[in-house]
Amino acid sequence: MDPALRPSIDEVWHWLAEVPDPEIPVISLTDLGIIRDVVWRDDTLVVTVTPTYSGCPATTIINLDIETALAEKGLSKVRLERQLSPAWTTDWISAEGREKLRDYGIAPPIDGTAADGVLMKRVDRLSGRSNLTIACPRCGSTNTEKISQFGSTPCKASYRCTDCLEPFDYFKCI
Amino acid sequence: MATAALEPAVDRAALLEFLLRIGDNALILGHRVSEWCGHSPALEEDIALANTALDLIGQTQLWLGLAGEVEGKGRSADDLAYLRDGYDFRNILLVERPNGDFGKTLMRQFLFDAWHYLLLKALKGLTEKRIAEIAEKAFKEVSYHLDRSRDLVIRLGDGTAESHRRMQEALDDLWPYTGEMFAADAVDAALVEAGVIPEPQSLKAGWDEIVAEALTEGTLKKPADGYMHKGGRRGVHTEHLGFILSEMQFLQRAYPGATW
Repeated sequence: MDPALRPSIDEVWHWLAEVPDPEIPVISLTDLGIIRDVVWRDDTLVVTVTPTYSGCPATTIINLDIETALAEKGLSKVRLERQLSPAWTTDWISAEGREKLRDYGIAPPIDGTAADGVLMKRVDRLSGRSNLTIACPRCGSTNTEKISQFGSTPCKASYRCTDCLEPFDYFKCI
Repeated sequence: MATAALEPAVDRAALLEFLLRIGDNALILGHRVSEWCGHSPALEEDIALANTALDLIGQTQLWLGLAGEVEGKGRSADDLAYLRDGYDFRNILLVERPNGDFGKTLMRQFLFDAWHYLLLKALKGLTEKRIAEIAEKAFKEVSYHLDRSRDLVIRLGDGTAESHRRMQEALDDLWPYTGEMFAADAVDAALVEAGVIPEPQSLKAGWDEIVAEALTEGTLKKPADGYMHKGGRRGVHTEHLGFILSEMQFLQRAYPGATW
């Protein structure tokens, strides 16, 4: 691509901010924090993407969606690079993304509470209950309980509100 | 490109062997757990098992993908999963044990998760960059696996008389397959020496602690250490692996190169 006609990196980020996550279409790929870098290398635009979960089936769809969105903007030479480290963390979900999740009915992740299978259990036992207080995205009550550590997608856990009785997904921390 | 990142001092053959071992553990257990899809006692458990299987298969793609690069013969993770024979697989025998009932599946998962968790935790701090990266990713997922399997082992152990009996039987039955997790051979020695993997035996104390704590809480009796089965790590498997492979590999065997 003629360097003079290239879109700026900021412009590309702006376009990527309009690509929805295929599983949770209310948030974009940039809200999710999985786009780690965008650079021009010679005449090729290189987009670095990190997977959320290693087995997440949405990963290939996400890559396809990025290529399609950029192709629609006239960018034909695009290369996607996978970056494993640093591993994706829910701490990278944007503040705006968290609000969109809550509006959509998914309780957003609480920063810095990533699971440590053993430690978390010890904390639970010592404190008598979980160190996490997950607010119901429907009524806002914090009287909620975990149904299962695994929900409708790998990134979510199943919870239930004991006040309004609504079952809901919690975007669990990793 | 791929091989340039490797430390020159690391024995390539040993590294490949290790990657097959860790990758095949994830693959075979992932396949076993996926057999529950649509058959679990409750919808939430069905989803949880399917998610666990998905994580393990995802990790397999990373481990076997790296194994293919290290081998340098152009084999992909899919080639390694679908086109090797039983004696080429390097998983420990524990992960190929049949599912049995729900409790036995969870007991197997817990015994494996506690070890997997400690192994990945150690690997993510060691020197081989690409192994450490995959371990860092997998560790986060496996933390949740352990959190769940441990919780269910306790709840079913300390549940009804029937669930307690089943969990104790599962534990007694699976216990002789746990020794292989801590076995070491020349491959391990070379990689320990190179700082790529932890000494297998060094994980034992931590594993004992996690297991003992959960068993006590679940009112289950830890079996005495007796004869321990082994062989999977060098390709000598039980008859169960063949049945797994015949199902898992059917498509690529019957229709070589099929894609969709």
